[in-house]
Amino acid sequence: MTSETLGRSQGQRAGSLLLHAGMVLAALAFLFPFFWMVTNAIRPNAEVLAVPPQLLPSDWQWSNFVYAWLYLPFGRFFLNSIIVAGGITILTLAVSSMAAYAFARLRFPFSGSLFVVYLATLMVPQAVIVIPLFLMMSWLGWMNSFQGLILPMAFSTFGTFMLRQYFLQIPKELEEAAMIEGCSRFTIFLRIILPLSRPMLGLLALFTFTGQWNSFLWPLIIVNGPEYSTIPLGLTLFQSQQGVQWNYMMAGSTISMLPGILLTLALQRYIFSGIAMGSGFGGR
Amino acid sequence: MQLKPSAAPSRAGTGRAKAILRDDRRAAFWFLLPSFLGLAVFLLLPLAASLALSFTNWQLIGQSKFVGWRNYVNLLTIDPSFWQILRNTFHFTIEYLVLNIVISLTMAVWISNLRWGKRFFRLIFFLPTFTPLIGSAIVWLLIFTPGGFADWFFSALHLPIPNLLTSPDLAIQAIVIVSLWSGFGYNLLLFGAALEAIPSTYLDAAAIDGASSWQRFWKIKLPLISPTLFFGTVMTAITSLQVFDQVYALTRGGPGSATATLGFSIYRTGFAAYKMGYASAIAWVLFVIIMALTILQLRVQRRWVHYDL
Repeated sequence: MTSETLGRSQGQRAGSLLLHAGMVLAALAFLFPFFWMVTNAIRPNAEVLAVPPQLLPSDWQWSNFVYAWLYLPFGRFFLNSIIVAGGITILTLAVSSMAAYAFARLRFPFSGSLFVVYLATLMVPQAVIVIPLFLMMSWLGWMNSFQGLILPMAFSTFGTFMLRQYFLQIPKELEEAAMIEGCSRFTIFLRIILPLSRPMLGLLALFTFTGQWNSFLWPLIIVNGPEYSTIPLGLTLFQSQQGVQWNYMMAGSTISMLPGILLTLALQRYIFSGIAMGSGFGGR
Repeated sequence: MQLKPSAAPSRAGTGRAKAILRDDRRAAFWFLLPSFLGLAVFLLLPLAASLALSFTNWQLIGQSKFVGWRNYVNLLTIDPSFWQILRNTFHFTIEYLVLNIVISLTMAVWISNLRWGKRFFRLIFFLPTFTPLIGSAIVWLLIFTPGGFADWFFSALHLPIPNLLTSPDLAIQAIVIVSLWSGFGYNLLLFGAALEAIPSTYLDAAAIDGASSWQRFWKIKLPLISPTLFFGTVMTAITSLQVFDQVYALTRGGPGSATATLGFSIYRTGFAAYKMGYASAIAWVLFVIIMALTILQLRVQRRWVHYDL
């Protein structure tokens, strides 16, 4: 900071203290919904809407998590979410890295215009295509199925765009050497390009997985009942059950948020540097 | 590398170059095939189908026929709820966008001026980013529910604020609050990273010349982070025009249609009333707004954003 070179007066020190104290207060206020979620997840349901509100539960019922897990088949939802988000992530990585390689390295007619088409598809809101997609799924008999949940969501061009930028930075000399050795383009892609792009592939996997874990509109449309429900959809099933079991709903919310929070905590450096690159993962 | 036509054109060389070009084309075909097929089937085809559907009265069951512009004419002239939906959407988007950018920029500048805990505070505000909006919305539903924490809090402060979720005038504020809570951390991080990237020599030089911290913000920091600020604003605007999850979990568009937005209305018209044609027309209104916004902002970008860092 600039002030280090200029020396710090008493007033500056007080100001700095105030800045920190204010930020701590803001952070505590911000964390309140998390606190409220967890403390209400473990209290008796009758106590949830007590007036005045009790900050801490009278009885810490950690078993509520078990009941919530069983009350609706939350284990099933969790598994479904992993299958769906995982499936979409794997497909997205494979498909978009291949397309990105073609756009970054291969010369073919109309490559420029085709790339513009790919970019333009990023502008299409999901809400615009869900109606025809729904009709397509019911025609194919893919309602309530994993292929219906996974395939239509696996071809976003975000990854193509980002990976292309990354591939362009890889020195061409590495590939030329391999080509002289007689390696095919596909071997080069598999053996040289992909291993060198691990950081970006990981980032794309992380953003795709969490994005799909949180996705709600598409499962809401093509899934009926708990069998193929993902976690966000399962949470809204709690809402429509008779008699609101707030404590179980909060336990469910906690379960739904846990993977994202743990990933954020574990991979913070990686995520922050990814966003700092302005990598275009979209805003919120 | 030496494939440019200008490079020494020996006969063998061009022959080899042509062979490589031919190989390139063949490889490109196979490399692009999966993504192109997927894009064509699951995006381009539905997009065209949605446009076509918007000119029909498709209702899932029964006869459906081509109705020309009637859906669009009905939306804009007869349907009284559509203008409210449009108004709700713009109300939400503008309020959310302004608050999101102001809060995330203020917090980013604030945090960048701290001597310790920068990464820690950014992390705290980022925590909801990777969690389901439905999860956050349900937590806030408990806070806002009649007789819940928010009601107690307002009355304890003697604020004459009615229950947000049941008030037609204020329900949209609940949607804004939830969206802000779970959304501003991303932009905070984006802007924070841009602020860190400003060379400290610029700021030192300005400080030595006697620029106040206020001047340093407006004259140096803000212009230098304007590309990032612009990018964040565009992306946030486009996302918030499509708001759906929060509305579904908190109010289901209610009370009445007080919080029904375009995104919610597409869902309700298409999948609750099964008016697929009419819903497609609403979807295309949303799409046209987003296209117009993207094009407008791409134009504006050329004029005022500073890219020379």
